[in-house]
Amino acid sequence: MSQAVAERTSGAAPPAASTTHALEAEHPHTSTGVDSRKMLMWAFLASDCMFFGTLIATYMVYKQRQELIPPVPREIFDIPYTSVSAFVLLLSSVTMVLALDAIQHNRVARMRTWLIATALLGSVFLAGQYYEFTSFFSEGLNLSTSLFGSSFFLLTGFHGTHVAIGVFWLLSLVVQSWRGKITQANALTIEIAGLYWHFVDIVWILIFTLVYLIPE
Amino acid sequence: MAVVAAPIPHGGGVVVPTTEVTRSYRGLWSWITTVDHKRIGIMYGVAAGTFFLIGGLEALVVRLQLWVPNNTLVSASTFNAMFTMHATTMIFLAVMPLSVAFFNFIVPLQIGARDVAFPRLNAFSFWVFISGGILLNLSFVLGGAPDAGWFGYANLTSKQFSPGPGIDFWILGLQVLGISSVAGALNFLVTIINMRAPGMTYMRMPIFTWMSLITMILLVLAFPAITIGLVLLMFDRHFGTNFFEVAKGGDVILWQNLFWVFGHPEVYILILPAMGIVSEILPVFSRKPLFGYAVMVFSGMAIAFLAFGVWAHHMFAVGLGPLTDAIFSATTMLIAIPTGVKIFNWISTMWGGSIRYTTAMLYAVGFIAMFIIGGLSGVMHSSPPADLQQSDTYFVVAHIHYVLIGGSITALLGGIYYWFPKFSGRYLNETLGKWNFWTFFITINMTFMPMHWTGLLGMPRRVYTYAPELGVTTLNQISTVGAIGLAFSILLFVVNVFVSLRYSPKAVADPWDGATLEWSISSPPPIYNFAQVPVVHSRDAFWAMKYPDRTEHGDLPDGDGTGSPHAHLAPTGHTGQPAADLVEAKPTLIHMPAPSYFPFIVAMGLVIAGSGIVFTFALTPVGILIMMAGIFGWAFEPA
Ligand SMILES: [Cu+2]
Repeated sequence: MSQAVAERTSGAAPPAASTTHALEAEHPHTSTGVDSRKMLMWAFLASDCMFFGTLIATYMVYKQRQELIPPVPREIFDIPYTSVSAFVLLLSSVTMVLALDAIQHNRVARMRTWLIATALLGSVFLAGQYYEFTSFFSEGLNLSTSLFGSSFFLLTGFHGTHVAIGVFWLLSLVVQSWRGKITQANALTIEIAGLYWHFVDIVWILIFTLVYLIPE
Repeated sequence: MAVVAAPIPHGGGVVVPTTEVTRSYRGLWSWITTVDHKRIGIMYGVAAGTFFLIGGLEALVVRLQLWVPNNTLVSASTFNAMFTMHATTMIFLAVMPLSVAFFNFIVPLQIGARDVAFPRLNAFSFWVFISGGILLNLSFVLGGAPDAGWFGYANLTSKQFSPGPGIDFWILGLQVLGISSVAGALNFLVTIINMRAPGMTYMRMPIFTWMSLITMILLVLAFPAITIGLVLLMFDRHFGTNFFEVAKGGDVILWQNLFWVFGHPEVYILILPAMGIVSEILPVFSRKPLFGYAVMVFSGMAIAFLAFGVWAHHMFAVGLGPLTDAIFSATTMLIAIPTGVKIFNWISTMWGGSIRYTTAMLYAVGFIAMFIIGGLSGVMHSSPPADLQQSDTYFVVAHIHYVLIGGSITALLGGIYYWFPKFSGRYLNETLGKWNFWTFFITINMTFMPMHWTGLLGMPRRVYTYAPELGVTTLNQISTVGAIGLAFSILLFVVNVFVSLRYSPKAVADPWDGATLEWSISSPPPIYNFAQVPVVHSRDAFWAMKYPDRTEHGDLPDGDGTGSPHAHLAPTGHTGQPAADLVEAKPTLIHMPAPSYFPFIVAMGLVIAGSGIVFTFALTPVGILIMMAGIFGWAFEPA
């Protein structure tokens, strides 16, 4: 009886999902078949694109009308140094993929290792940004030096905040996995964190190209 | 038959038997912890209504000050604060959240869902919204309200020209409200796409749900621009950046661009839900399906798409150059096409229908008339030479009020009359309703129609007084008398709500012979909405269920239209499949999300952290700690 009722309730859901509510809770039936949390992340990233887009546009507009108040981008950027830290962040996308792959094959310990590696690489990037900011300060570039200073620090700082939130998120996933909360069945939790992480990496590629490599 | 025990999932959630139709909602705590979309919708409605009254009082101060030339009722700076807070309140704290109240209450019911996709996120959005609204209004008692206009043009908002905390309150308030709006929009975007009842394809969705979906897309994509603009302004004011410092090379026009990239989509965020409401009311009270449903959907999309390409029509007076002006003028004129299409479709929906002029229908028809006037003066602004004459005069004030009061508010009031039985289980009184409508309709025209002439005669907006030689004294007095009458009409509405809640008869499930699924369940709906999730086979699902012989696009059979749905309820029709499967509910248990206080805690933490910019930055780390504790509890709480 209860099965019959449950089956009616879940409409066109496959029989496996309609036998108990517990299964329904873990794999909620959605109209599109895409998990709602994943769709939420995609929609959020669309919004975040507009955030970064607005900041990048601000930077580009002000780059053109730059009165040459030193230090100017050309003399202050250390391209080899920033290339290395960009590479570190890029590498962290690889480790993130490996973490997801591990949990999809039900290897929790391996996933944890890769998650920690990803968080570490992210932290190295943040440390690099911290060092870069302090060296710029010592060369006389700060928020109020020039339009370049204002828009550069706001854009890269906004991105750095994203990385920091990502590191925090990854570490909380590690803690959750210790408590046995992350299994093959909810690998989606890792996948969604991965979506965010890859997005933050891609944005950095864009910033690195537009801000550092084309400084004029 | 006894209650059947269904297996209960591991931890979390509440299990509601369908025999329990309404739960006793008692105590403040049950409201703070609620995650029920219907209760959150009601809270949004009550809060928005309250802010609407505050914004209305601010408008009355403006109108009284303009009663005679060279009036000294209030000072110039008070006047500035009044028009700034009036516009900010009406847009962000009244019209938007009133639309959100409808999204919350109606959309899940229309798509046959038991709640939104993320019930706790929904509660979070509400608590952030209410705190943002309170913070913004606290500025009146804590050092002065913002007074740089609702679009806060740089460099009026700089530390140099606005040293007080008013602008900081404005920045904080709008940021906080932006977070609430985007979080809510992401939630409803996913809800509409992912939580539709089986069989409800996109082109079978009710039109209000469609317009809501388009509004969500606009919110998600438009809010970032103003958020970043406000961040830049905050950094200018507190951390020494020079984004809008002309002396350091900063560009004040950048602010205008960022603001209006958000600001123009915002006007569609304000009007699209209203269009959706009207598109629900007209068919039901004409007893005809909406004329050109698909065209209505696609014109809504066209409006939203074009919305991002017209913002510089607010900046013709800046002098952006003939090419820029010409391009933005052309794109703006283009928007008149999908908008005009909608108007013709509404009229065609009524054409040949058996029309019942209930108060809701009067408001819907009034919307069409007012929106045509507001739309036409909008098209006039799209021509740069004409706009240069009209810019910053009362002509623009007339336009925006025809669109926002004649348009949005009229439709929202109509929506309240239409759905009030569903919200509360009681009807709004129709006699008081008709008095309310006619006084409202007459007084808005009396208030705002003369402003077209006031503006063309050269009276600038946002100036606290005028000279008698301008010859606009009589026109201003007509407007002021109209505004007082409008206040009276709104009072009539408030009285109607309270009287009806107490004395009106109890509403049946389907009082208007409605077309959509929300009318298939009791008024007010049970906590779980649908005992059986409906299966949809066509557009206007509930009509098709009640009138199985009707073809999908056909008119309804003649009837008195009083709606006695249960007489028509038939699980199958002899013409084939039923339109929606609704079977008498067998008692069962339904798993619903549990109440949670974590959304409230996270919202409070966020607001305390943000309050750092108006009070002391010591608050910021405290707020972040509270927020993190809340997020931690939220994440580990079984949903
Ligand atoms: Cu506009």
